[in-house]
Amino acid sequence: MSVLVNRDSRVIVQGFTGKEGTFHATQMIEYGTAVVGGVTPGKGGQRHLDRPVFNNVEDAVKAAGANVSIIFVPPAFAADAIMESAAAGIGVIVCITEGIPVQDMVRVKEYIRDFPCRLIGPNCPGIITPNEAKVGIMPGFIHQKGHIGIVSRSGTLTYEAVDQVTKAGMGQSTCIGIGGDPIVGTTTLDAVQLLMQDPETHGIIMIGEIGGGMEAEAAYWIKEHGTKPVVGFIAGQTAPKGRKMGHAGAIIGGAADTAEAKMKIMSECGIHVVKSPAEIGESMRILMKQ
Amino acid sequence: MNLHEYQGKELLKKFGIPVQEGFLATTPEEAIKAYDQVVESSKSPVAVIKAQIHAGGRGKGGGVKLVKSREQAAQTAPQILGMMLKTPQTPGGMNGPGKLVRKILVTEDSFKPDFESCKEYYVSILTDREKKANVIIYSTEGGMDIEAVAEKTPHLVHKEYVHPLAGFQAFQARNIAFKLGLSGESFKNMVRFVTNLYKAFTESDATLFEINPCLKDGYGNILAVDCKVSLDDNALFRHSDLEAMRDTDEEDPAEVEAKAYNLNYVSLDGNVGCMVNGAGLAMATMDIIKLSGGQPANFLDVGGTADAARVEQAFRIILKDPAVKAILINIFGGIVRCDRVAQGVVDAYKNIGEIKVPIIVRLQGTNAELAKDIIDQSGLRVRSAILLKDAAELVREALLEK
Repeated sequence: MSVLVNRDSRVIVQGFTGKEGTFHATQMIEYGTAVVGGVTPGKGGQRHLDRPVFNNVEDAVKAAGANVSIIFVPPAFAADAIMESAAAGIGVIVCITEGIPVQDMVRVKEYIRDFPCRLIGPNCPGIITPNEAKVGIMPGFIHQKGHIGIVSRSGTLTYEAVDQVTKAGMGQSTCIGIGGDPIVGTTTLDAVQLLMQDPETHGIIMIGEIGGGMEAEAAYWIKEHGTKPVVGFIAGQTAPKGRKMGHAGAIIGGAADTAEAKMKIMSECGIHVVKSPAEIGESMRILMKQ
Repeated sequence: MNLHEYQGKELLKKFGIPVQEGFLATTPEEAIKAYDQVVESSKSPVAVIKAQIHAGGRGKGGGVKLVKSREQAAQTAPQILGMMLKTPQTPGGMNGPGKLVRKILVTEDSFKPDFESCKEYYVSILTDREKKANVIIYSTEGGMDIEAVAEKTPHLVHKEYVHPLAGFQAFQARNIAFKLGLSGESFKNMVRFVTNLYKAFTESDATLFEINPCLKDGYGNILAVDCKVSLDDNALFRHSDLEAMRDTDEEDPAEVEAKAYNLNYVSLDGNVGCMVNGAGLAMATMDIIKLSGGQPANFLDVGGTADAARVEQAFRIILKDPAVKAILINIFGGIVRCDRVAQGVVDAYKNIGEIKVPIIVRLQGTNAELAKDIIDQSGLRVRSAILLKDAAELVREALLEK
C-alpha cells in the first residue's frame, strides 16, 4: 500500500527542461519512478530525457495520464504552476521550489481548496515510497523498503532520520517532507493521519522545528486517535528567541511554539520524544520491538 | 527585511496614508535644518526627535525626545545622534551594548490642537499561518505594549480576517471604524486609512505592518505616528524600490558578509562553531552541540552546493569569532558528494593556514567512506566521523581538552 505515491504513480515534471528539473528527473527515472513526461510552456512537442514535453499540464494529463506532478519552476512562477496542476486534475502536487512569497501561498492555498488534490510543500524534499516511486530530491540509496513512516519539515534532517532507520535494520513505508515554509499544503497532522491509516506503516517518526503550531495539533490528534508508536524530535532547542533560522517558518513567536513547549506537549500526548537527533533510529527500533 | 520608521512612512505615503510628517537628519546641522522645516510646515515650535534604528521601544531608552524650541532641538539632536541606544529589543536588551544611532527623524508634534483632544489606537496587519490568511489586528488601547493589552484585556483586541481571494471588503473597514468607537469625519478617515493600509500591505508584500500609535487628532484626522514595516525577503524580486531601502548598517556584519556568499548565517553567543547543509539539520546540529556540553556559536547553512570555495568562506566567517573553541562540520550528502566536500575542507584548511581550534568533520551519505579516507589521510588536525552520535562524542572530547 504505502501513501501518496507508489508503483502506479504517473509523474510529470513542471520545469522539466530546466537545469534542476533535468537533473532531478534523471535521478527519479534512475530510481525507477514512472516519469511520463514534463511541462515547459513553449516547448510542447519536443522530447527531453526520452520523454514527451508538453505545453501545459492539461495536455500531460490527457496524453500521458499523469496523476502526480513535481514542480521545479523558479519562485516567481511557482504559485502559477501549482494552480495549473490543481486545475488540470492532478491528484498529488509536490512543490520543491524554495522562496515563494508568502502572499502567493495565501492565494494558492485558498484556490486549490476547490480541487480534489493534495499539495506537498513548497520548499520541501518531496515524497518517496522506497522501491516504488521517488518524487523528490532526496538521495534514493539511503532508503529501504519497510514499515516506518516519516513526516518532516526539513530536508537533510529527514535524510538523517531515514539513514538511522535503515542502519537500525528497519525500512520506510513512505517518507513525506512537508516543507519548512509558513504556509504549506500538507500539515504534520495531515501526513500523520495518512500514515496512521496505512496498513503498511507500523511506526511513525515525526520531525518538527521551532515555530508554528503544527506539531502540537498533530500530537493532540495522536493522543485521541493514535494506533501506532510514534517517535518525535523537534529541531531548534538551542535557537534563540525571535531569530530567523533560515526557514521562514522557523520563527519563535510565543511560549507555545518553542522546541521545549512542543516536546512537552508531544510527550504528554504519548509520543516518544528524543532530545538528541542522533537517537531517532535507535528509539524507533526499541519501540518496535515492544 | 525591516524598514526604518522614516522609510515605512515613505511607503505609506505612496498609498495615500496620512503620516506624522518629518525630515531625516544624519548630522546636528541637518537636524537644525530639519527642525526649521518642521516648524515652517506645522506652524508650531514643538517637534519630536526620534532615533532611527531597527528596534522597538526606542522611547524607553531615551531615543525619542520632545523639543519645544530651536535651542532645545540643537541641544537634543547631538545627544541622540551617535548614542548607543538600548531598548528591550536591541541585542542583549536593556543590559546589552545597544545600537548605534546613525540617523534621526525630526517630526511634527501630531497631537493637535492639544494632547487631551487626541486618541491613540493600535492597528497592525500580518499573515496568520494557522488560518492561512491575512489578519488586521486593532484596538482602542493604542500607544502601549499590545501584548500586555492582549493578556490583561483580551476583549479590547479585535481581529478582522481577510479572504485570500476576495480581498479586504468595505464592510470590514466599517467594522473596524465602528469597533474603535468612531463617528462622523474620523469614521470616514479611518475607513480610508485601513483600506489603503491593507492595499499597501499586499502590494508591497509585507509580512508585518504595525501602526502604534495610530492617532485621531482633535480635528478628526487619522494618521500613523509610528510604523514598523517588515517585508517578505522572498518577494523582493518584484520590489526593487523597496530592496534599495535595505540598511546593512543595521545588520550583523558577519551575517551581511555571509549573505554575499549565499551562506545563511546567524551569529550566537556560544563556543562551538558549526557548518551544516540544510536549516533543519543545522538546528539539530546546534542541539547536539548543547547535549555534548558546548554552546552553539552560530547557525550556518551552506546550502545544497558545499564546494571548496563556499566551505572556505564559511570557515573564515566562523573563525572571525574569537569565542569559538571547536568547529563541527556536519554534511549529509545527498545530491552533494561527500568526497568533494571533504576535499573542500582539506583545501580550505590549507589555504587559510594555521587553524588553532580542533575541527570535527562528520560526512554522511554519498561517498561517505571515501570522504573519511580523504580527511584521515590529509595529515591535518581534523577528526572525522560518519555517525552523528560519534560526532557528538568527538565534540565532547574536544571541549574537555585544553
